[in-house]
Amino acid sequence: MIEAGILLLLCQLSGESLVRALDLPMPGPVLGAVFMLGFLSLRRSVPDSLGRTSHDLLANFSLLFVPAGTGIILHAARLQAEAVALLAALIGSTALTIAVAALVFVGVDRLTNGKTEPDSGA
Amino acid sequence: MNPQLDQLWVYLQANPLGWLTATLIAYWIGTRAQRAAGGRPYVNPVAIAVVLLVGLLVATGTPYQTYFEGAQFVHFLLGPATVALAIPLYENWPAVKRSLVPMIAALLAGTVTAVVSAVGIAWALGASAESLVSIAPKSVTTPVAMGIAEKLGGIPSLTAVLVILTGIIGAIIATPLLNALGLKDWRARGFAVGVAAHGLGTARAFQVNDLAGTFAGIGMALNALATAILVPVLWHW
Repeated sequence: MIEAGILLLLCQLSGESLVRALDLPMPGPVLGAVFMLGFLSLRRSVPDSLGRTSHDLLANFSLLFVPAGTGIILHAARLQAEAVALLAALIGSTALTIAVAALVFVGVDRLTNGKTEPDSGA
Repeated sequence: MNPQLDQLWVYLQANPLGWLTATLIAYWIGTRAQRAAGGRPYVNPVAIAVVLLVGLLVATGTPYQTYFEGAQFVHFLLGPATVALAIPLYENWPAVKRSLVPMIAALLAGTVTAVVSAVGIAWALGASAESLVSIAPKSVTTPVAMGIAEKLGGIPSLTAVLVILTGIIGAIIATPLLNALGLKDWRARGFAVGVAAHGLGTARAFQVNDLAGTFAGIGMALNALATAILVPVLWHW
């Protein structure tokens, strides 16, 4: 558990530091994930404790958004005044994005990997 | 009120421990409710937790800042959890490598669709200028979206709320929408949800299928990058 914590925080810290030092457009933790991926491919396996800790973290990923979501309380007036426009934009755009991204993925996959179709369908 | 009880209340309200505990309990109630509903996506644990906590804050007259002093410990874990996405990514690397071309195509299409349609619909329905800037990065994971909004003169904390609403909406509509489109490829389903609905979409994808969750995590990370580059460019243009 300690090893897993150290590994995760070290990767995040390196990511955040590099993003700040070089003024990169990407978020620090995302670069941290790239470092972690590099570490794992050098080591060629996932340490047990890291596997368990990350599984627990990801299993409760949604929980981590609750504090920021509760911030809705700060914007109640604006959200009420613009409720129709904002809700329509959020629902419409999210549905459209899911549909477009999924259809493009499947379409391009069919064009490029047409012959080596994996065990899809059925 | 009994003075001792009064003191206890003052302690609980001002101490981070109380609000941290409340956050965990509210989320736990949300997950139990979802389980009781047979895992239906529209019974969303985050939405339930937020409603409960907002009710509690309003009822006790507690400012959000006080609440966040406790809840920040949960909020902090967003960073390490994002790093942890590398583990399922590593474990599913062969499938990821094979899907590189469709992923990049879906990313470009998804990123542009997310930004343009959100701003377009909100603008057409008369949203204010500040709201338009704040809603542009709504599909990106919270810390990055807040950074983008800040750079463009939006309201970062409003963006955070719009981002989380997007995540809840994505987690609710993804399964029925993708089923209606007849898409069965877990890679495509997961990736699309990650691009459109960031971490909350990814959490939902992991609930349904491990491969979908992995691709959702990649979609989320790539979309954070792509949007951070694209939105400022689109805006100035």
